[in-house]
Amino acid sequence: MKRLTTLIAIASASVASLAFAGAAAAAAGGEHYDFQKQSWSFSGFTGQYDKNQLQRGFQVYQQACAACHGMQRVKWRNLVENGGPQFPEDAVKKLAAEWPNQPLAGPNDDGLIADSKGNLLTRVATLADPILGPYRNEKEARAAQNGALPPDLSLIVKARSIHEVPIWYVHVGKMMSEIGRGYQESGADYLYNLLIAYADAPAGVKMSDGMYYNKAYPGNQIGMPAPLQKDNPIVYENGKGTHEDNVRDVSAYLAWAADPKLNERKATGWYVMLYLLITTVLLYLGKKVVWSRIGGH
Amino acid sequence: MSGPSSYVPKSNLSKWFDERLPVARLMHDSFVAFPTPRNLNYMWTFGGILMVCLVLQIVTGVVLAMHYTASVATAFDSVQHIRRDVNYGWLIQPLHAVGASFFFVAVYLHIFRGLYYGSYKAPREVLWILGVFILFAMMATAFLGYTLPWGQMSFWGATVITNLFSAIPVFGESIVMWLWGGFSVDNATLNRFFSLHYLLPFVIFGIVILHVWALHVVGQNNPTGLDIKQPSDSVPMHPYAITKDVFALFVFLIPFAYFVFFMPDWLGHADNYNPANPLVTPPHIVPEWYFLPFYAILRAVPDKLMGVLAMVGAIAVLAFAPWLDWSRVRSCKYRPIMKWCFWGFVATCLALGYLGAMPAEEPYIMWARIFTVLYFSYFLVAMPLVGLIETPSQMPRSITDAVLGGGKAGSGGGGQYPAGATAAPEKR
Repeated sequence: MKRLTTLIAIASASVASLAFAGAAAAAAGGEHYDFQKQSWSFSGFTGQYDKNQLQRGFQVYQQACAACHGMQRVKWRNLVENGGPQFPEDAVKKLAAEWPNQPLAGPNDDGLIADSKGNLLTRVATLADPILGPYRNEKEARAAQNGALPPDLSLIVKARSIHEVPIWYVHVGKMMSEIGRGYQESGADYLYNLLIAYADAPAGVKMSDGMYYNKAYPGNQIGMPAPLQKDNPIVYENGKGTHEDNVRDVSAYLAWAADPKLNERKATGWYVMLYLLITTVLLYLGKKVVWSRIGGH
Repeated sequence: MSGPSSYVPKSNLSKWFDERLPVARLMHDSFVAFPTPRNLNYMWTFGGILMVCLVLQIVTGVVLAMHYTASVATAFDSVQHIRRDVNYGWLIQPLHAVGASFFFVAVYLHIFRGLYYGSYKAPREVLWILGVFILFAMMATAFLGYTLPWGQMSFWGATVITNLFSAIPVFGESIVMWLWGGFSVDNATLNRFFSLHYLLPFVIFGIVILHVWALHVVGQNNPTGLDIKQPSDSVPMHPYAITKDVFALFVFLIPFAYFVFFMPDWLGHADNYNPANPLVTPPHIVPEWYFLPFYAILRAVPDKLMGVLAMVGAIAVLAFAPWLDWSRVRSCKYRPIMKWCFWGFVATCLALGYLGAMPAEEPYIMWARIFTVLYFSYFLVAMPLVGLIETPSQMPRSITDAVLGGGKAGSGGGGQYPAGATAAPEKR
């Protein structure tokens, strides 16, 4: 009887360690794509944004993305603040005032929201205003974009991640490795891969109307045309800039936009961890002294 | 438990106060002179850690509530406002979100400890059941709180979970509508969830006080499961247990701070950074990690009502553990078979957690069913039966002997002391 129950007990424990045979990742349709993880200046414990990269990334956003996408949660002043691109204040003020999409000003004192020609009343944007996209609302955007909605980009890096479903023992190892490295850049990696993975549709793949082929996108058909051109990259002020530079820099810029306090948080984290480690050692020594009086633990 | 009070007022003022409201005496007897078993290991430090977690959640939560707006139009942006613009909001919001996760880490370890060392057995049944109430209240609070940022997972999580009530026969639909305050998860739902999310932690606090009270009536269990029988079995809580608790708390705070400062969003889900959209269902609706084992059980059962009952039952069954376990030996340390069942149960919980995160398709469903059966068999099969057939290994005579190594070689006459009187009934 005892042996039987021991067997049952051992069986119940070992079943848990059995492989989930056949639990292979179910592809979301479309061909398999191997995401290339990038090395970012803001990854890891010491990671901080590179302000020059953020400045270049903003230039890419301005020239390639801003025509369709706004950044509602990023204020112009954020571009000046520490931990961000740190553009000169005057330059940002000027840029905000000249930005093609200005905040609404109506209704005015007469209760009007539009001028005599029917144009909505606007005012000049200040540092306190958000970076606006070209569309006032979802309906206007969809009407202009053939039914598609270009999402706001201020949180896009946090709202996306590389979704992989590995077999369970790989899954556990991957989680441990991510914790060990402090890996938080899944969104930036996703965006980098998405922007670089535009290609011509392979023969035999039937594209839906108004869709573009992308190797990294689930199902391979994406509504957004390639925003950055391989053979016509945006050139930076220093005269350099390849397609790959554009993709990397705009991904970094959008990562900052989604998490603008990262520099401060990680820098503070070091002091906190140091304090905790030292205090923990001291507490351990204190506990040992106290318990040495009586023996045991 | 603590016997006659050893509190001596030190000044005239404290003497005057002690005669009118002996709060200082209560504190002294409960947290300074209180006798704790001298052999407690570090698994016994989670009670204090959980207290700190609760207070931290309440303090950070109160600050967050000052800046949060419970409205479907502004809730999502107000959380972003906290992260971006509020002074130290970048610290307070992750403390609260990561804090919820670490609260569950601590509570699960606390429960596993109780199961392993038989802390649910007489005379600690009421203490244990109060703990199950706390777990229920914590889960409700965490679920309500996850709704508040009003992202995609918030919205769809709330939709899925509230819809579970529609499984109730006859009144199901009406109950769901009553919970929603309308015909779908909407502004009324968010408002009441915020209100209840603010209320429940104080309910938890109240149950925690009862939990601590019950603990101080019956005294702490310990790794041997033996009662305190002689003065040398216990040490005063201060400074012995306190120094250990504080050290353990700081060890716990290290990974906590690591997540808060270096990967605050890792424990969450990317889709919750998309604002709630009732018209777009996310491809995978997944709860927070601490609900995954129960989510797996819910989905393992083909019938909706039975699935909901199984999920609730998976937690409720804990409350019956004191009567399901027929062995009078508390600690699994001396239970050669139950020990293995326990580790099998831990593995089952981890496996269910993994399965809860996977899509609801084969082979995951099959495995979820197997592990659901294993989960319940720990309580309904192993607990009642193992005690009948297992022969407990030899136990030390007392806590003191367990610590100082006496007893076994006959440190004073006893020689073959049969595992304490508590073990005898098992030898049938």
